[in-house]
Amino acid sequence: MSKSIDQIFVSAKHWLLSWLDGSPSWLIQITSSLINIFALLAVFLTLFALMSVLERKILGRIQNRYGPNRVGPFGLFQPVADGIKMLIKEDIVPVRADKSVHFLAPILIAAAAILALGVIPYGRNMTPFAIDGGILFFFAVGSTTELAVFMAGWGSNNKFSMLGAMRAIAQMFSYELPLLVTVLPVVMVVGSLGPDRIVAAQAEYTYGLVPRWFVFTPWGAAAFILFFVSGLVESNRTPFDVPEGESEIVAGHMTEYSGFKYATFFMAEYIGMFAISGLGLTLFLGGWHAPARALEFVPSYMWFFGKLSVLLLVYVWVRGTLPRTRIDQIMNLAWKFMLPMAFTCVIAAAVWHYAGRGLRGWLWSLIVIASVYIVLSIVLDTRRKFAPRVYRFAE
Amino acid sequence: MTPTLQVFLIVSAALFSIGLLAALSRRHAIFILIGIEMMLAAANLNFIVFWRFGPQHQPPVGVMIALFSIAIAAAEAAVGLAIVIAVYRHYRSTNVDEFNQLRG
Amino acid sequence: MNTAAFIVIAIVTLSAAMAAATLRKLMHAALSFALAIVGLAAFFFLVGAEFVGLALVFIYIGAVAVLIVFTILLTRRDVQKDRGFNWSGVLIAAAVLASLTWSILKTQSTAIVAPHIRALTVKQIGQALMTTYVWPMQCVGLLLTAALIGALLLVIEEKP
Repeated sequence: MSKSIDQIFVSAKHWLLSWLDGSPSWLIQITSSLINIFALLAVFLTLFALMSVLERKILGRIQNRYGPNRVGPFGLFQPVADGIKMLIKEDIVPVRADKSVHFLAPILIAAAAILALGVIPYGRNMTPFAIDGGILFFFAVGSTTELAVFMAGWGSNNKFSMLGAMRAIAQMFSYELPLLVTVLPVVMVVGSLGPDRIVAAQAEYTYGLVPRWFVFTPWGAAAFILFFVSGLVESNRTPFDVPEGESEIVAGHMTEYSGFKYATFFMAEYIGMFAISGLGLTLFLGGWHAPARALEFVPSYMWFFGKLSVLLLVYVWVRGTLPRTRIDQIMNLAWKFMLPMAFTCVIAAAVWHYAGRGLRGWLWSLIVIASVYIVLSIVLDTRRKFAPRVYRFAE
Repeated sequence: MTPTLQVFLIVSAALFSIGLLAALSRRHAIFILIGIEMMLAAANLNFIVFWRFGPQHQPPVGVMIALFSIAIAAAEAAVGLAIVIAVYRHYRSTNVDEFNQLRG
Repeated sequence: MNTAAFIVIAIVTLSAAMAAATLRKLMHAALSFALAIVGLAAFFFLVGAEFVGLALVFIYIGAVAVLIVFTILLTRRDVQKDRGFNWSGVLIAAAVLASLTWSILKTQSTAIVAPHIRALTVKQIGQALMTTYVWPMQCVGLLLTAALIGALLLVIEEKP
């Protein structure tokens, strides 16, 4: 029973495809891909709509106010109202803009974000495009985002746009390195770039109790934290949202966009956030596996989306709590702290592997990470920089 | 009918010629660099196609050479563009015809 | 291998490459170059070398194309000026294309269909990189480091 519920979407797809029995193979292939694409778009656009209203409501609660509550029950139809507003707004293209580049940038950025969703395993047998090297595909597609941001900045022919694009590209480049290097230990330990294999490697339970997710090893925990912070930067979220710092440069590379094009940027940002959270939980949080053997009757995709919601909640929580950082602080963090720590994770994972992947390996890798962390904080002199602030007032 | 080795090679030759066209006929240094990159990419296509159509070995030699050539092309682009910027600082121009101080 | 896919990819790649070589605006040419690279990666996917295709997209779009557009930005003052077009280059390119096509068509042994092969896995590539090709890989690493430092030294602002 639980098995058939677990596979309900896979069976539904097979049932749809069985209508095409006997037709040429390319037709079946294309139909299968189209079903995948429509399913992905339906799920994630709904999630985007939900997320946009929930985020505002949670932020409202954090800031001690109500948040949107006028449209529909509990304000749940707010995204519909927003969508209609965005659609009927005038689409303004600046006279001096490079028209074609200005037009193509939002399309490219949305396409890249949606393509990246394709390689994440959403449940048992539920990877839309299972290719050998899916992690590399994710990053290859994600790297086109930088070009799209540059196109938006250049095409608008506006100082603020260009400045915002510069900031975005600088921080995305800097954090792509830690992001890639923190993925390396997982890929090394599993011995595969395929997301399915990585999820399968986290299936069992140590002592029948603790799930074998990589986040429960010292290197995995450290890498997950680094990955999460890099993900925050890559999706341009607070506290790293200097590219669109409203108080300084209006809206960064999106300044000259209006109406539906602006909505596309907004959507791409959220979908990029979903994609990077999905990848993070595939790599470190066991993908669609249940956290305990007794809970395995719950369908796998429920676990995936449950974990995704928790991660997204943390994103909103961080946004509501932390102030915006300066660009030089972001860069210093990337090059002086994140990158050395990411390389340490790789070494710690190797130590863990060669010490037998047991308790001994656990302790040894903890020692490696802790010692590098302490040395780094002494070298960077964090105690002086992050001392409690002393306020001085004019007398 | 499936594409034969011949059509792949012709596409690759066309790409190479377009790269050559960009490198030879444009006067802008960045265009020349784009042309060179395009010629390198066409050569990569040849390596991959010959690997696919030839007898199979372990390791896959064509694929490996293509990978190395991609890495070298990246290094070449970085240094080439750095030279373009350095020259631009000196001459305030990126037109390769104007860099003629060493002409006898 | 799919003929329809081949034709579509070939048209996209070659027209994007042609645009990159002939467009007047530098930025448009650089973006067309990126599109041509995507088409080339699609060719790699078509013949079953997925890893190389992904590496190509990752390195060319993520790094080389962004470098090119940054250079265009930094040398922006010079972009607007119209510049000459060297027609002898067209002649040479056409001659090279004609001779290459002629020799390819003349060679009978190239008129073959792809044999069936087992799919190339990332693991095989990794094993080859770590065994047979370990020295070339180290050399490439050294080369990239040298290129990084060299590029930095070239563009660094000199203190007066």
